[in-house]
Amino acid sequence: MTAHNGQPLIHARDLVKRFGDFVAVDGIGFDLQRGEAFGFLGPNGAGKTSTMRMIGCVSPVTDGTLTVLGLDPAKDGVAIRGRLGVVPQQDTLDMDLTVRENIVIYGRYFGLPRKQLAKRADELLEFVELTERANDRVEPLSGGMKRRLTIARSLVNDPEIMLLDEPTTGLDPQARHVVWDRLYRLKRQGVTLLLTTHYMDEAEQLCDRLVVMDRGKIVAEGSPRDLIERYSTREVVEMRFDDSNRPEDLTYWTDGLVSRVEPLPDRVLLYTDDGDAASHAIHERGLVPESVLVRRSTLEDVFLHLTGRSLIE
Amino acid sequence: MTSLMLPLRPLEFFLTQYRRGWRGSAVSSVVTPVVYLLALGVGLGVFVDRSTNLPQGVSYLEFVAPGLMAATAMQIASFEASWPVLGAIKWHRQYHAMLATPLRIRDVILGHQAYFVFRLALTATVYFVVITAFGAVNSPLGVLAIPVTVLVGLSFTAPIAAWAAHTDTEASFVAIFRFLILPMFLFSGTFFPISSLPRPLEIVAWFTPLWHGVTLCRDLTLGHVVPADLLHVAYLLAIVIGGLVVARVTYAKRLVL
Repeated sequence: MTAHNGQPLIHARDLVKRFGDFVAVDGIGFDLQRGEAFGFLGPNGAGKTSTMRMIGCVSPVTDGTLTVLGLDPAKDGVAIRGRLGVVPQQDTLDMDLTVRENIVIYGRYFGLPRKQLAKRADELLEFVELTERANDRVEPLSGGMKRRLTIARSLVNDPEIMLLDEPTTGLDPQARHVVWDRLYRLKRQGVTLLLTTHYMDEAEQLCDRLVVMDRGKIVAEGSPRDLIERYSTREVVEMRFDDSNRPEDLTYWTDGLVSRVEPLPDRVLLYTDDGDAASHAIHERGLVPESVLVRRSTLEDVFLHLTGRSLIE
Repeated sequence: MTSLMLPLRPLEFFLTQYRRGWRGSAVSSVVTPVVYLLALGVGLGVFVDRSTNLPQGVSYLEFVAPGLMAATAMQIASFEASWPVLGAIKWHRQYHAMLATPLRIRDVILGHQAYFVFRLALTATVYFVVITAFGAVNSPLGVLAIPVTVLVGLSFTAPIAAWAAHTDTEASFVAIFRFLILPMFLFSGTFFPISSLPRPLEIVAWFTPLWHGVTLCRDLTLGHVVPADLLHVAYLLAIVIGGLVVARVTYAKRLVL
Protein backbone atom coordinates (compact mmCIF):
# COMPACT_ATOMS: atom_id res chain seq x y z
CA MET A 1 0.00 0.00 0.00
CA THR A 2 2.34 2.73 1.21
CA ALA A 3 5.91 3.50 0.41
CA HIS A 4 8.28 1.61 2.68
CA ASN A 5 11.56 2.82 4.03
CA GLY A 6 14.04 3.36 1.26
CA GLN A 7 11.38 3.20 -1.42
CA PRO A 8 11.01 6.61 -3.05
CA LEU A 9 7.83 8.62 -2.36
CA ILE A 10 7.67 9.48 -6.03
CA HIS A 11 9.18 7.38 -8.77
CA ALA A 12 9.17 8.44 -12.41
CA ARG A 13 10.75 6.74 -15.44
CA ASP A 14 10.44 7.79 -19.07
CA LEU A 15 7.51 9.96 -18.06
CA VAL A 16 5.79 11.65 -21.00
CA LYS A 17 2.99 14.19 -21.26
CA ARG A 18 1.65 15.13 -24.67
CA PHE A 19 -1.09 17.61 -25.58
CA GLY A 20 -1.98 16.63 -29.13
CA ASP A 21 1.27 17.00 -31.05
CA PHE A 22 2.94 19.10 -28.41
CA VAL A 23 5.29 17.21 -26.10
CA ALA A 24 5.26 19.01 -22.75
CA VAL A 25 7.22 16.39 -20.80
CA ASP A 26 9.60 14.30 -22.86
CA GLY A 27 10.69 11.14 -21.07
CA ILE A 28 11.90 12.33 -17.68
CA GLY A 29 12.95 10.16 -14.74
CA PHE A 30 13.57 11.01 -11.09
CA ASP A 31 13.02 9.71 -7.56
CA LEU A 32 11.88 11.70 -4.56
CA GLN A 33 12.97 10.46 -1.14
CA ARG A 34 11.14 11.07 2.12
CA GLY A 35 12.19 14.25 3.91
CA GLU A 36 13.85 15.71 0.85
CA ALA A 37 13.33 19.12 -0.72
CA PHE A 38 13.46 18.48 -4.44
CA GLY A 39 13.16 21.09 -7.15
CA PHE A 40 12.42 21.40 -10.82
CA LEU A 41 14.31 24.40 -12.14
CA GLY A 42 13.61 25.65 -15.61
CA PRO A 43 12.12 28.49 -17.64
CA ASN A 44 8.42 28.85 -18.41
CA GLY A 45 7.31 26.10 -20.76
CA ALA A 46 9.97 23.62 -19.63
CA GLY A 47 7.31 21.10 -18.58
CA LYS A 48 7.49 21.70 -14.83
CA THR A 49 3.81 22.40 -14.26
CA SER A 50 2.73 19.48 -16.46
CA THR A 51 4.93 17.20 -14.36
CA MET A 52 3.44 18.59 -11.14
CA ARG A 53 -0.09 18.08 -12.43
CA MET A 54 0.62 14.46 -13.28
CA ILE A 55 2.02 13.90 -9.79
CA GLY A 56 -0.99 15.69 -8.31
CA CYS A 57 -3.25 13.22 -10.19
CA VAL A 58 -5.15 15.95 -12.04
CA SER A 59 -3.54 15.20 -15.39
CA PRO A 60 -3.30 11.71 -16.83
CA VAL A 61 0.14 10.32 -17.71
CA THR A 62 0.56 9.95 -21.48
CA ASP A 63 3.35 7.41 -21.31
CA GLY A 64 5.99 5.97 -19.00
CA THR A 65 5.95 5.05 -15.32
CA LEU A 66 4.84 7.18 -12.41
CA THR A 67 4.14 6.04 -8.88
CA VAL A 68 3.27 8.41 -6.06
CA LEU A 69 3.44 7.11 -2.47
CA GLY A 70 3.75 3.66 -4.02
CA LEU A 71 0.39 4.06 -5.78
CA ASP A 72 -0.70 4.46 -9.39
CA PRO A 73 -2.15 7.93 -10.18
CA ALA A 74 -4.39 6.44 -12.88
CA LYS A 75 -6.15 4.15 -10.42
CA ASP A 76 -5.58 5.58 -6.96
CA GLY A 77 -5.96 9.32 -7.59
CA VAL A 78 -8.36 9.75 -4.70
CA ALA A 79 -6.09 8.00 -2.20
CA ILE A 80 -2.99 9.82 -3.42
CA ARG A 81 -4.57 13.28 -3.43
CA GLY A 82 -5.72 12.70 0.14
CA ARG A 83 -2.07 12.53 1.19
CA LEU A 84 -0.70 15.45 -0.87
CA GLY A 85 -0.66 19.16 -0.12
CA VAL A 86 -0.92 21.22 -3.29
CA VAL A 87 0.10 24.85 -3.69
CA PRO A 88 -0.86 25.66 -7.28
CA GLN A 89 0.78 28.34 -9.36
CA GLN A 90 -2.42 30.38 -9.52
CA ASP A 91 -4.25 30.88 -6.24
CA THR A 92 -7.52 28.99 -5.93
CA LEU A 93 -8.68 30.68 -2.75
CA ASP A 94 -12.27 31.76 -2.45
CA MET A 95 -12.21 35.55 -2.32
CA ASP A 96 -15.59 35.97 -0.64
CA LEU A 97 -14.93 33.64 2.27
CA THR A 98 -12.82 34.57 5.25
CA VAL A 99 -9.23 33.47 5.68
CA ARG A 100 -10.34 30.94 8.26
CA GLU A 101 -13.28 29.62 6.25
CA ASN A 102 -10.94 28.94 3.34
CA ILE A 103 -8.90 26.59 5.50
CA VAL A 104 -11.89 24.90 7.13
CA ILE A 105 -13.77 24.31 3.87
CA TYR A 106 -10.65 22.95 2.23
CA GLY A 107 -10.22 20.58 5.16
CA ARG A 108 -13.81 19.46 4.64
CA TYR A 109 -12.89 18.44 1.09
CA PHE A 110 -10.62 15.88 2.76
CA GLY A 111 -13.47 14.77 4.98
CA LEU A 112 -11.86 16.06 8.18
CA PRO A 113 -14.30 16.73 11.03
CA ARG A 114 -15.16 20.37 11.75
CA LYS A 115 -14.08 20.17 15.36
CA GLN A 116 -10.61 18.99 14.43
CA LEU A 117 -10.44 21.63 11.69
CA ALA A 118 -11.20 24.46 14.10
CA LYS A 119 -8.06 23.61 16.02
CA ARG A 120 -6.01 22.88 12.93
CA ALA A 121 -6.98 26.21 11.36
CA ASP A 122 -5.74 28.07 14.45
CA GLU A 123 -2.38 26.30 14.32
CA LEU A 124 -1.95 26.86 10.61
CA LEU A 125 -2.90 30.53 10.77
CA GLU A 126 -0.40 30.95 13.55
CA PHE A 127 2.25 29.22 11.44
CA VAL A 128 1.76 31.55 8.47
CA GLU A 129 1.22 34.60 10.71
CA LEU A 130 -2.33 35.30 9.60
CA THR A 131 -4.04 34.88 12.96
CA GLU A 132 -5.03 38.53 13.06
CA ARG A 133 -6.66 38.30 9.65
CA ALA A 134 -8.53 35.06 10.42
CA ASN A 135 -11.98 36.59 10.11
CA ASP A 136 -11.26 38.96 7.24
CA ARG A 137 -12.31 38.28 3.68
CA VAL A 138 -9.51 37.02 1.48
CA GLU A 139 -9.92 39.47 -1.36
CA PRO A 140 -8.19 42.54 0.12
CA LEU A 141 -5.18 40.54 1.35
CA SER A 142 -1.80 41.18 -0.26
CA GLY A 143 -0.32 38.70 -2.72
CA GLY A 144 2.13 37.45 -0.11
CA MET A 145 -0.61 36.89 2.44
CA LYS A 146 -2.72 34.98 -0.08
CA ARG A 147 0.25 32.78 -0.89
CA ARG A 148 0.82 32.11 2.80
CA LEU A 149 -2.85 31.25 3.18
CA THR A 150 -2.61 28.85 0.23
CA ILE A 151 0.37 27.21 1.92
CA ALA A 152 -1.50 26.97 5.24
CA ARG A 153 -4.50 25.51 3.44
CA SER A 154 -2.40 22.89 1.68
CA LEU A 155 -1.12 21.69 5.07
CA VAL A 156 -4.60 21.08 6.47
CA ASN A 157 -4.51 17.33 5.83
CA ASP A 158 -0.98 16.94 7.22
CA PRO A 159 0.34 15.93 3.79
CA GLU A 160 3.19 13.51 3.23
CA ILE A 161 4.38 15.45 0.21
CA MET A 162 3.90 19.14 -0.54
CA LEU A 163 3.71 20.09 -4.20
CA LEU A 164 4.60 23.74 -4.71
CA ASP A 165 4.27 25.09 -8.23
CA GLU A 166 6.17 28.37 -8.52
CA PRO A 167 5.49 29.22 -4.88
CA THR A 168 6.77 32.79 -4.98
CA THR A 169 6.19 33.87 -8.58
CA GLY A 170 4.64 37.32 -8.64
CA LEU A 171 5.58 38.24 -5.07
CA ASP A 172 7.75 41.18 -4.09
CA PRO A 173 11.18 40.32 -2.63
CA GLN A 174 10.15 40.81 0.99
CA ALA A 175 7.08 38.62 0.66
CA ARG A 176 9.18 35.98 -1.07
CA HIS A 177 11.55 35.82 1.86
CA VAL A 178 8.66 35.34 4.28
CA VAL A 179 7.36 32.44 2.16
CA TRP A 180 10.83 30.93 1.91
CA ASP A 181 11.19 31.15 5.66
CA ARG A 182 7.96 29.21 6.20
CA LEU A 183 8.92 26.58 3.64
CA TYR A 184 12.34 26.27 5.23
CA ARG A 185 10.70 25.60 8.59
CA LEU A 186 8.52 22.92 7.05
CA LYS A 187 11.58 21.35 5.54
CA ARG A 188 13.26 21.32 8.93
CA GLN A 189 10.20 19.64 10.41
CA GLY A 190 10.79 16.86 7.91
CA VAL A 191 8.03 17.65 5.43
CA THR A 192 8.91 16.40 1.95
CA LEU A 193 8.83 19.28 -0.52
CA LEU A 194 8.60 19.11 -4.28
CA LEU A 195 8.74 22.48 -5.96
CA THR A 196 9.07 24.05 -9.34
CA THR A 197 10.67 27.39 -9.86
CA HIS A 198 12.31 29.56 -12.44
CA TYR A 199 14.13 31.51 -9.74
CA MET A 200 17.60 30.17 -9.21
CA ASP A 201 17.84 31.81 -5.80
CA GLU A 202 14.69 29.99 -4.72
CA ALA A 203 16.12 26.68 -5.87
CA GLU A 204 19.40 27.42 -4.07
CA GLN A 205 17.66 28.42 -0.85
CA LEU A 206 15.24 25.54 -0.58
CA CYS A 207 16.33 22.51 -2.57
CA ASP A 208 18.56 19.71 -1.33
CA ARG A 209 18.54 18.32 -4.82
CA LEU A 210 17.17 19.53 -8.08
CA VAL A 211 16.81 18.76 -11.72
CA VAL A 212 17.24 21.35 -14.43
CA MET A 213 14.49 21.08 -17.02
CA ASP A 214 14.47 22.49 -20.51
CA ARG A 215 11.95 21.80 -23.27
CA GLY A 216 10.40 18.83 -21.51
CA LYS A 217 13.70 17.12 -20.71
CA ILE A 218 15.91 16.88 -17.66
CA VAL A 219 19.30 18.28 -18.63
CA ALA A 220 21.09 17.93 -15.29
CA GLU A 221 20.55 16.66 -11.78
CA GLY A 222 22.28 17.21 -8.45
CA SER A 223 22.49 19.45 -5.42
CA PRO A 224 22.78 23.18 -6.18
CA ARG A 225 26.45 23.05 -5.15
CA ASP A 226 27.15 19.96 -7.30
CA LEU A 227 25.59 21.54 -10.32
CA ILE A 228 27.55 24.74 -9.96
CA GLU A 229 30.79 22.82 -9.51
CA ARG A 230 30.06 20.58 -12.45
CA TYR A 231 28.72 23.07 -14.95
CA SER A 232 30.24 26.38 -13.93
CA THR A 233 33.29 27.95 -12.35
CA ARG A 234 33.50 29.31 -8.84
CA GLU A 235 33.20 32.92 -9.93
CA VAL A 236 31.87 34.97 -12.79
CA VAL A 237 33.06 38.32 -14.10
CA GLU A 238 30.29 40.39 -15.65
CA MET A 239 31.52 43.07 -17.99
CA ARG A 240 29.38 45.78 -19.53
CA PHE A 241 30.45 47.94 -22.43
CA ASP A 242 29.26 51.04 -24.23
CA ASP A 243 27.68 49.98 -27.47
CA SER A 244 30.46 51.79 -29.34
CA ASN A 245 33.47 50.07 -27.77
CA ARG A 246 32.17 46.55 -27.20
CA PRO A 247 34.65 44.19 -28.88
CA GLU A 248 33.22 41.58 -31.26
CA ASP A 249 35.57 38.93 -29.94
CA LEU A 250 37.23 38.97 -26.54
CA THR A 251 39.64 36.11 -27.18
CA TYR A 252 42.65 38.42 -27.45
CA TRP A 253 42.09 39.81 -23.94
CA THR A 254 40.74 36.75 -22.17
CA ASP A 255 42.79 33.93 -23.69
CA GLY A 256 44.30 31.76 -20.96
CA LEU A 257 42.65 33.77 -18.19
CA VAL A 258 39.09 32.40 -18.14
CA SER A 259 37.63 29.00 -18.90
CA ARG A 260 34.61 30.22 -20.83
CA VAL A 261 33.14 33.41 -22.32
CA GLU A 262 29.40 33.88 -22.59
CA PRO A 263 28.34 36.94 -24.59
CA LEU A 264 24.85 38.18 -23.69
CA PRO A 265 22.97 41.06 -25.33
CA ASP A 266 23.66 43.51 -22.49
CA ARG A 267 26.88 42.11 -21.02
CA VAL A 268 29.62 39.52 -21.31
CA LEU A 269 30.09 36.79 -18.72
CA LEU A 270 33.56 35.42 -18.07
CA TYR A 271 33.81 32.16 -16.16
CA THR A 272 36.83 31.73 -13.91
CA ASP A 273 37.71 30.46 -10.45
CA ASP A 274 39.32 33.75 -9.46
CA GLY A 275 37.32 36.67 -10.76
CA ASP A 276 39.41 39.48 -9.31
CA ALA A 277 42.66 38.10 -10.69
CA ALA A 278 41.13 37.53 -14.12
CA SER A 279 39.55 40.98 -14.38
CA HIS A 280 42.79 42.56 -13.22
CA ALA A 281 44.83 40.68 -15.83
CA ILE A 282 42.35 41.55 -18.58
CA HIS A 283 42.58 45.21 -17.57
CA GLU A 284 46.38 44.96 -17.81
CA ARG A 285 46.01 43.73 -21.38
CA GLY A 286 44.25 47.00 -22.13
CA LEU A 287 40.54 46.14 -22.19
CA VAL A 288 38.50 48.78 -20.34
CA PRO A 289 34.80 47.94 -19.92
CA GLU A 290 32.25 50.45 -18.70
CA SER A 291 31.69 48.36 -15.58
CA VAL A 292 32.95 45.14 -14.03
CA LEU A 293 31.22 42.96 -11.46
CA VAL A 294 32.74 39.86 -9.88
CA ARG A 295 30.24 37.45 -8.34
CA ARG A 296 29.89 33.81 -7.40
CA SER A 297 28.40 31.37 -9.87
CA THR A 298 24.71 30.62 -9.50
CA LEU A 299 22.27 28.10 -10.94
CA GLU A 300 21.48 30.75 -13.55
CA ASP A 301 25.00 30.20 -14.91
CA VAL A 302 24.46 26.44 -14.84
CA PHE A 303 21.28 26.86 -16.84
CA LEU A 304 22.92 29.22 -19.28
CA HIS A 305 25.76 26.79 -19.81
CA LEU A 306 23.46 23.80 -20.29
CA THR A 307 20.93 25.42 -22.59
CA GLY A 308 22.53 28.57 -23.94
CA ARG A 309 19.55 30.53 -22.65
CA SER A 310 18.55 32.47 -19.55
CA LEU A 311 15.99 31.19 -17.06
CA ILE A 312 13.93 34.35 -17.21
CA GLU A 313 13.47 35.62 -20.72
CA MET B 1 -20.81 4.14 0.48
CA THR B 2 -18.63 7.05 1.55
CA SER B 3 -17.88 7.71 -2.09
CA LEU B 4 -21.57 8.50 -2.61
CA MET B 5 -21.33 11.14 0.11
CA LEU B 6 -18.39 12.97 -1.47
CA PRO B 7 -20.58 15.54 -3.33
CA LEU B 8 -21.70 16.78 0.09
CA ARG B 9 -18.26 18.31 0.56
CA PRO B 10 -18.42 20.74 -2.37
CA LEU B 11 -22.04 21.38 -1.39
CA GLU B 12 -20.78 22.58 1.97
CA PHE B 13 -18.54 25.07 0.21
CA PHE B 14 -21.34 26.48 -1.93
CA LEU B 15 -23.62 26.76 1.10
CA THR B 16 -20.90 28.64 2.99
CA GLN B 17 -20.54 30.94 0.03
CA TYR B 18 -24.32 31.40 -0.15
CA ARG B 19 -24.50 32.27 3.53
CA ARG B 20 -22.19 35.21 2.95
CA GLY B 21 -24.48 36.79 0.38
CA TRP B 22 -27.89 35.33 1.13
CA ARG B 23 -29.66 38.54 2.08
CA GLY B 24 -29.84 39.93 -1.44
CA SER B 25 -31.21 36.76 -2.95
CA ALA B 26 -33.62 36.21 -0.04
CA VAL B 27 -35.15 39.66 -0.49
CA SER B 28 -35.52 39.22 -4.23
CA SER B 29 -37.03 35.75 -3.86
CA VAL B 30 -39.87 37.29 -1.82
CA VAL B 31 -40.23 40.54 -3.71
CA THR B 32 -40.18 39.01 -7.21
CA PRO B 33 -43.27 36.81 -6.82
CA VAL B 34 -45.21 39.56 -5.04
CA VAL B 35 -44.50 42.07 -7.79
CA TYR B 36 -45.27 39.64 -10.62
CA LEU B 37 -48.49 38.44 -9.01
CA LEU B 38 -49.68 41.97 -8.32
CA ALA B 39 -48.95 43.14 -11.84
CA LEU B 40 -50.02 40.11 -13.83
CA GLY B 41 -52.30 38.06 -11.58
CA VAL B 42 -54.20 40.91 -10.01
CA GLY B 43 -53.68 43.86 -12.38
CA LEU B 44 -53.74 42.27 -15.81
CA GLY B 45 -55.91 39.43 -14.52
CA VAL B 46 -58.89 41.74 -14.06
CA PHE B 47 -58.95 42.47 -17.79
CA VAL B 48 -58.28 38.90 -18.83
CA ASP B 49 -61.03 37.50 -16.61
CA ARG B 50 -63.53 40.01 -18.01
CA SER B 51 -62.93 39.14 -21.62
CA THR B 52 -61.89 35.48 -21.73
CA ASN B 53 -62.74 32.14 -20.27
CA LEU B 54 -59.62 30.18 -19.47
CA PRO B 55 -59.73 26.37 -19.63
CA GLN B 56 -61.41 24.77 -16.63
CA GLY B 57 -62.87 28.12 -15.63
CA VAL B 58 -59.95 29.30 -13.53
CA SER B 59 -59.07 32.92 -12.87
CA TYR B 60 -56.05 34.42 -14.59
CA LEU B 61 -54.30 34.69 -11.23
CA GLU B 62 -54.71 30.95 -10.68
CA PHE B 63 -53.55 30.33 -14.21
CA VAL B 64 -50.46 32.51 -14.21
CA ALA B 65 -49.18 31.93 -10.64
CA PRO B 66 -47.90 28.32 -11.07
CA GLY B 67 -46.49 29.28 -14.47
CA LEU B 68 -44.51 32.12 -12.94
CA MET B 69 -43.23 29.80 -10.26
CA ALA B 70 -41.76 27.43 -12.85
CA ALA B 71 -40.49 30.27 -15.06
CA THR B 72 -38.71 31.95 -12.14
CA ALA B 73 -36.98 28.68 -11.32
CA MET B 74 -35.79 28.55 -14.92
CA GLN B 75 -34.30 32.03 -14.71
CA ILE B 76 -32.55 31.49 -11.40
CA ALA B 77 -31.28 28.10 -12.54
CA SER B 78 -29.93 29.49 -15.81
CA PHE B 79 -28.09 32.25 -14.06
CA GLU B 80 -26.65 30.06 -11.30
CA ALA B 81 -25.34 27.45 -13.73
CA SER B 82 -23.69 29.82 -16.17
CA TRP B 83 -21.44 32.55 -14.73
CA PRO B 84 -20.73 30.79 -11.42
CA VAL B 85 -19.72 27.54 -13.18
CA LEU B 86 -17.41 29.28 -15.64
CA GLY B 87 -16.08 31.34 -12.72
CA ALA B 88 -15.30 28.23 -10.69
CA ILE B 89 -13.21 27.06 -13.64
CA LYS B 90 -11.72 30.23 -14.98
CA TRP B 91 -11.87 33.22 -12.65
CA HIS B 92 -12.14 32.06 -9.06
CA ARG B 93 -10.95 28.53 -9.78
CA GLN B 94 -12.73 26.90 -6.85
CA TYR B 95 -13.17 23.70 -8.87
CA HIS B 96 -9.40 23.42 -9.20
CA ALA B 97 -9.06 23.65 -5.43
CA MET B 98 -11.58 20.84 -5.02
CA LEU B 99 -9.86 18.61 -7.56
CA ALA B 100 -6.53 18.91 -5.76
CA THR B 101 -8.17 17.02 -2.88
CA PRO B 102 -9.76 13.55 -2.86
CA LEU B 103 -12.80 14.94 -4.69
CA ARG B 104 -13.43 13.75 -8.24
CA ILE B 105 -15.02 15.41 -11.26
CA ARG B 106 -18.36 13.73 -10.57
CA ASP B 107 -18.29 14.96 -6.95
CA VAL B 108 -17.68 18.50 -8.12
CA ILE B 109 -20.54 18.31 -10.64
CA LEU B 110 -23.00 16.69 -8.27
CA GLY B 111 -21.96 18.90 -5.38
CA HIS B 112 -22.63 22.02 -7.41
CA GLN B 113 -25.95 20.63 -8.66
CA ALA B 114 -26.86 19.76 -5.07
CA TYR B 115 -26.36 23.40 -4.23
CA PHE B 116 -28.71 24.32 -7.10
CA VAL B 117 -31.29 21.99 -5.55
CA PHE B 118 -30.96 23.87 -2.28
CA ARG B 119 -31.17 27.26 -3.95
CA LEU B 120 -34.16 26.24 -6.09
CA ALA B 121 -36.00 24.57 -3.21
CA LEU B 122 -35.65 27.72 -1.15
CA THR B 123 -36.97 29.94 -3.91
CA ALA B 124 -39.75 27.50 -4.81
CA THR B 125 -40.90 27.32 -1.20
CA VAL B 126 -41.04 31.08 -0.85
CA TYR B 127 -42.86 31.33 -4.18
CA PHE B 128 -45.34 28.69 -3.13
CA VAL B 129 -46.08 30.49 0.13
CA VAL B 130 -46.64 33.75 -1.75
CA ILE B 131 -48.98 32.29 -4.38
CA THR B 132 -50.88 30.46 -1.64
CA ALA B 133 -51.29 33.77 0.18
CA PHE B 134 -52.65 35.26 -3.06
CA GLY B 135 -55.21 32.46 -3.12
CA ALA B 136 -53.85 30.92 -6.28
CA VAL B 137 -53.49 27.36 -4.96
CA ASN B 138 -56.66 25.26 -5.12
CA SER B 139 -55.46 21.85 -4.09
CA PRO B 140 -53.34 20.27 -1.35
CA LEU B 141 -51.49 18.54 -4.18
CA GLY B 142 -50.20 22.01 -5.01
CA VAL B 143 -47.40 21.57 -2.49
CA LEU B 144 -45.86 19.09 -4.94
CA ALA B 145 -45.25 22.07 -7.20
CA ILE B 146 -42.23 22.77 -4.96
CA PRO B 147 -40.26 19.61 -5.90
CA VAL B 148 -41.49 19.94 -9.48
CA THR B 149 -40.14 23.49 -9.62
CA VAL B 150 -36.79 22.19 -8.39
CA LEU B 151 -36.88 19.61 -11.17
CA VAL B 152 -37.66 22.32 -13.73
CA GLY B 153 -34.66 24.27 -12.43
CA LEU B 154 -32.39 21.23 -12.71
CA SER B 155 -33.48 20.69 -16.29
CA PHE B 156 -31.73 24.02 -16.90
CA THR B 157 -28.79 23.84 -14.47
CA ALA B 158 -27.59 20.44 -15.73
CA PRO B 159 -27.29 21.27 -19.45
CA ILE B 160 -26.23 24.89 -18.87
CA ALA B 161 -23.48 23.84 -16.44
CA ALA B 162 -22.35 21.33 -19.07
CA TRP B 163 -22.18 24.17 -21.59
CA ALA B 164 -20.49 26.57 -19.15
CA ALA B 165 -17.72 24.03 -18.57
CA HIS B 166 -17.21 23.85 -22.31
CA THR B 167 -17.32 27.51 -23.33
CA ASP B 168 -14.36 29.83 -23.09
CA THR B 169 -16.20 33.10 -22.79
CA GLU B 170 -19.25 34.44 -21.10
CA ALA B 171 -20.58 35.91 -24.35
CA SER B 172 -22.54 32.76 -25.06
CA PHE B 173 -24.44 33.17 -21.79
CA VAL B 174 -25.89 36.44 -22.97
CA ALA B 175 -26.97 34.68 -26.16
CA ILE B 176 -28.53 31.84 -24.18
CA PHE B 177 -30.53 34.30 -22.10
CA ARG B 178 -31.61 36.36 -25.08
CA PHE B 179 -32.42 33.62 -27.56
CA LEU B 180 -33.46 30.68 -25.37
CA ILE B 181 -34.47 31.74 -21.87
CA LEU B 182 -36.38 34.91 -22.72
CA PRO B 183 -38.46 33.33 -25.54
CA MET B 184 -39.18 30.35 -23.31
CA PHE B 185 -40.27 32.67 -20.54
CA LEU B 186 -42.73 34.36 -22.88
CA PHE B 187 -43.94 31.50 -25.09
CA SER B 188 -43.93 28.31 -23.02
CA GLY B 189 -47.40 28.60 -21.58
CA THR B 190 -46.54 30.76 -18.58
CA PHE B 191 -48.78 33.68 -19.58
CA PHE B 192 -51.21 32.06 -22.04
CA PRO B 193 -51.92 28.51 -23.22
CA ILE B 194 -49.57 27.47 -26.02
CA SER B 195 -52.62 26.37 -28.01
CA SER B 196 -53.05 30.09 -28.82
CA LEU B 197 -49.69 30.03 -30.63
CA PRO B 198 -49.49 29.42 -34.39
CA ARG B 199 -49.23 25.68 -34.91
CA PRO B 200 -45.47 25.53 -35.76
CA LEU B 201 -44.58 27.54 -32.66
CA GLU B 202 -46.84 25.41 -30.54
CA ILE B 203 -44.91 22.34 -31.68
CA VAL B 204 -41.65 24.06 -30.76
CA ALA B 205 -43.08 24.89 -27.34
CA TRP B 206 -43.82 21.20 -26.69
CA PHE B 207 -40.11 20.54 -26.61
CA THR B 208 -39.20 23.29 -24.16
CA PRO B 209 -38.59 22.02 -20.65
CA LEU B 210 -40.37 25.07 -19.31
CA TRP B 211 -43.68 24.11 -20.98
CA HIS B 212 -43.56 20.70 -19.31
CA GLY B 213 -42.73 22.36 -16.02
CA VAL B 214 -45.45 25.01 -16.28
CA THR B 215 -48.03 22.38 -17.20
CA LEU B 216 -47.03 20.21 -14.26
CA CYS B 217 -47.08 23.05 -11.73
CA ARG B 218 -50.42 24.26 -13.01
CA ASP B 219 -52.01 20.80 -12.87
CA LEU B 220 -50.79 20.44 -9.31
CA THR B 221 -51.89 23.82 -7.93
CA LEU B 222 -55.24 23.59 -9.68
CA GLY B 223 -55.67 19.99 -8.57
CA HIS B 224 -56.24 18.68 -12.13
CA VAL B 225 -53.59 15.98 -12.09
CA VAL B 226 -53.72 13.65 -15.10
CA PRO B 227 -51.68 10.54 -16.00
CA ALA B 228 -49.89 12.47 -18.76
CA ASP B 229 -48.20 14.48 -16.02
CA LEU B 230 -45.90 11.52 -15.45
CA LEU B 231 -44.65 11.99 -19.00
CA HIS B 232 -43.79 15.60 -18.20
CA VAL B 233 -41.81 14.42 -15.19
CA ALA B 234 -40.05 11.81 -17.31
CA TYR B 235 -39.20 14.40 -19.99
CA LEU B 236 -37.67 16.74 -17.42
CA LEU B 237 -35.76 13.91 -15.72
CA ALA B 238 -34.37 12.84 -19.08
CA ILE B 239 -33.03 16.34 -19.69
CA VAL B 240 -31.45 16.44 -16.23
CA ILE B 241 -29.76 13.06 -16.71
CA GLY B 242 -28.68 13.92 -20.25
CA GLY B 243 -27.26 17.23 -19.00
CA LEU B 244 -25.31 15.51 -16.25
CA VAL B 245 -23.86 12.95 -18.66
CA VAL B 246 -22.68 15.71 -20.99
CA ALA B 247 -21.37 17.70 -18.02
CA ARG B 248 -19.26 14.71 -16.99
CA VAL B 249 -17.56 14.96 -20.39
CA THR B 250 -17.20 18.74 -20.64
CA TYR B 251 -15.99 19.14 -17.04
CA ALA B 252 -13.40 16.41 -17.48
CA LYS B 253 -12.20 17.87 -20.77
CA ARG B 254 -11.79 21.27 -19.19
CA LEU B 255 -10.38 20.38 -15.79
CA VAL B 256 -8.37 17.18 -16.27
CA LEU B 257 -5.86 18.01 -18.96
